[in-house]
Amino acid sequence: METKETTIQYTAKDFKSDQYVRWCPGCGDYAVLNSLQKVMADLGVAPHDTAVISGIGCSSRLPYYTSSYGFHTIHGRGAAVATGVKVANPKLSVWQITGDGDCLAIGGNHFIHSVRRNVDINVLLFNNQIYGLTKGQYSPTTKKGYVTKSSPFGTVERPFRPAELTFGARGTFFARLLDVDLKNSQTAILAAARHKGTSVVECLVNCVIFNDGAHGWLAEKETRSDRLILLEHGKPMIFGKEANKGLMLDGFNLKVVTIGQNGITEADILVHDAVCQDTTLQMKLALMEGPELPIAVGVIRDVEEETYDAAVEAQIAEVQAKSKVKTFDDLIATCEKWEM
Amino acid sequence: MDKTKTTELDNVVVRFSGDSGDGMQLTGTLFSNLSAILGNEISTFPDFPSEIRAPLGTIGGVSGFQVHLGSSKIYTPGDDADVLVAMNPAALKVNASSVKKGGIIIFDTDSFEKSDLDKAGFKTDNPFVELGISDATQLIPAALSSLTQNSLDGFGLDNKTVLRSKNMFSLGLICWLFNRPIDQAIHFLENKFGKKPDLLHANVKVLTDGYNYGNNLHLTISTFIVEKSHETPKGTYTSISGNKATAWGLIAASQKSGLQLFLGSYPITPATDIMHELALRKDMGVKVVQAEDEIAGITSAIGASFAGSLAATNTSGPGLALKSEAIGLAVMAELPLVVIDVMRGGPSTGLPTKTEQTDLLQALYGRNGESPAVVMAASTPADCFHFAFMASKIALEHMTPVILLTDAFIGNGTSLWKLPTLAELPGIYPNYTKKGMEDVKVTSRDEETKVRYWSIPGTEGFGHRNGGLEKDYYTGAISTDPENHQKMVDTRAEKIKNISQFLPDLVIEGSEEADLLVIGWGGTHGHLMSAVQSMNKKGNKIALAHFNYINPLPKNTIEVIQRYKKVVVCELNSGQFATYLRSNVPAVEFLQHNKVQGQPFTVAELEECFENLLK
Repeated sequence: METKETTIQYTAKDFKSDQYVRWCPGCGDYAVLNSLQKVMADLGVAPHDTAVISGIGCSSRLPYYTSSYGFHTIHGRGAAVATGVKVANPKLSVWQITGDGDCLAIGGNHFIHSVRRNVDINVLLFNNQIYGLTKGQYSPTTKKGYVTKSSPFGTVERPFRPAELTFGARGTFFARLLDVDLKNSQTAILAAARHKGTSVVECLVNCVIFNDGAHGWLAEKETRSDRLILLEHGKPMIFGKEANKGLMLDGFNLKVVTIGQNGITEADILVHDAVCQDTTLQMKLALMEGPELPIAVGVIRDVEEETYDAAVEAQIAEVQAKSKVKTFDDLIATCEKWEM
Repeated sequence: MDKTKTTELDNVVVRFSGDSGDGMQLTGTLFSNLSAILGNEISTFPDFPSEIRAPLGTIGGVSGFQVHLGSSKIYTPGDDADVLVAMNPAALKVNASSVKKGGIIIFDTDSFEKSDLDKAGFKTDNPFVELGISDATQLIPAALSSLTQNSLDGFGLDNKTVLRSKNMFSLGLICWLFNRPIDQAIHFLENKFGKKPDLLHANVKVLTDGYNYGNNLHLTISTFIVEKSHETPKGTYTSISGNKATAWGLIAASQKSGLQLFLGSYPITPATDIMHELALRKDMGVKVVQAEDEIAGITSAIGASFAGSLAATNTSGPGLALKSEAIGLAVMAELPLVVIDVMRGGPSTGLPTKTEQTDLLQALYGRNGESPAVVMAASTPADCFHFAFMASKIALEHMTPVILLTDAFIGNGTSLWKLPTLAELPGIYPNYTKKGMEDVKVTSRDEETKVRYWSIPGTEGFGHRNGGLEKDYYTGAISTDPENHQKMVDTRAEKIKNISQFLPDLVIEGSEEADLLVIGWGGTHGHLMSAVQSMNKKGNKIALAHFNYINPLPKNTIEVIQRYKKVVVCELNSGQFATYLRSNVPAVEFLQHNKVQGQPFTVAELEECFENLLK
């Protein structure tokens, strides 16, 4: 991201619009919106250098609630619109707001291709495992067997796991956050903003109306620290209320161990490497599921690769340096021409 | 020179035909450019199969290139050919019926063996008799393959490369037949093969030998002279295809408006050459995103437009269908966008390499909701430049998507183009917000033209939220208020309607006091104009009203059409423009002449139609 770092100190308020936020009371999207506005302020990019692009769905209403250049587009196409915005003007800080239906069903093709190209946009993927705006149908991330209005006998579909898709599309950045976990949410979103390339942040959000408690197993405050692990680059993978549980490799698999038991010390615990090009271990971490393993939040992958928008600019500069054609009249002069 | 006689012709049609790999497109292009440099009017049309390389020598693999030369104004690549070059029996079979009576057929005798005749599906060993080719047709048999092999004997080239040069032998023969000095053709070859001296020398040798072969034939055949055209306005010319002219029109608009050009595109026949041309122009700062699909092509362009670029997307019929919802977004968000549809035969995949005008109603109405957009059409390869420029100007100045319809015929065909300068093109002035207008809303607009103000991201003080939801007329906030929706629907319609104030009036070509008014639109202009002129020369009173602006229509449309007693709408579809005119022009009976065969009109069929209508 080639944004102008200004000296002005922004506050979250500078990024709030005058529009009334219309999500349902208790919706997980509020927390992410607040975290985003806080991060935008911390980032120091002016509201007018910020573009927020969305598709269709509950979460895609977000651009209306931020003070910036916002564009609420059509279902599934946010990634392609955001690509156009970023390529046209790489100086803008571009955010794409999307949901599990918008991003992974109707917009799946655009999602994998923006990730593959590594366009420098920050994608907040609000995953509540349900279609909320159309009032409760299963989505591509709904757990198999789940009963919804369109699956009255339970879904028979296998769900997508967003991390797996991101890695499969050669993604350079993947983070996960939980709506109620404010502090870590901001850290993840800030890291996404600072990453050059397509940053995918899976936001686990609750839909109080149609899928209440989808992430409830994680969200309960008393047990959360035993069920969730915050991954931080260069730090040992330790979690738990007592901070005495850790992750180790067991053959090709991960296992939870307790420090101090069976002779295990902190030195035996895996240290997180988010910048490793190879995705094998990052994939394992991203796909951890309870109750045997904790669910990972934080920045799971953050590697550097050339961004698409920068490559487009660089190629133009390279050709321009060599070409004699600078203006339309120069172009006309290249024609095979004759007098009549 | 031992020429028995030469014949002066006002115009002549030559068709080169062979396998897809025989180099017929190159031969035809060289011959037409050569003739243009010598002062002829030219018009060309390539006709190739959708198969890249069908089995050699089969009907499915025949590729053609037709050139029409004239010493006076010509408008089309011509109907039937005066001269056919047939590289094999399949090419002969496909084209035999379109050779004029008394025309000339040059054919490669080496490719007329039994096995070649079998591949083309001939049942006897005399294809000329089998096809019923008239005795009046003059045949020039030439062993093109073996003559080329002899010509390149000792050059050390492999046989495949040698045989690939036989198109140059035929070009040499044609140059002799039309009394063309070959120096200029050699010059073209130098440009093309300059970096490969071996190939250059080989091609020049074969070309020269082909010419001399004609010279030494002592055939009792007349060669032709097509004099310089004196009707062409003086100036510097090139020959350009419609797709290239379209791309350059966008570039000119980008330069004139001072806006970066962005193309979001997905490959589709016959529109892809526009993307190829723009991808070349990184030196002009053009950004091309080859998107993952048609939808991403247009939506990335809409993103670029939102960000302040001159944004365009190009496609053909099926792609336009996929882009429908996104065009609606551009209508609703009131963003400038140029959508180019190089029409081909449909529906569905249809006839991908053939021409039709069957997307008109899709362009006009193929969206959900009340969704007015500007629709316009180019009529010749060269004027694709002008209309791509005007499409950009209208989009930028009126904050609307503009659909520009061209077609496979003018997109792939070429015509003479008088080279423009940037200075002579009209200015482009978008309705930007300016300092001091910070209270402007996303829906704030010029109350006269209804054009909303454009605020570009990155500009301090003009942040806003746009989108596909209905907005309040005054505040720009999302709104479902019934009265407001009506007002916004009416406003968007009025904005488009108002554009007619900026369009040139409809012009009548031909006889002012006509008994018959012919109406056409888009790429059929050449054929319609030729037929109308020819009819008038024969003493009929007939006129042409040809449309380039379709929505909105030129403001004098009703008044002009109502002047005529008999009106016929000619189009390459089943009557789409006629239907549209019936709903816009009262009290006129619109007759129709329609053809949906994937081919352009012929001047002859049009004249026959007009003669019948005048009876």
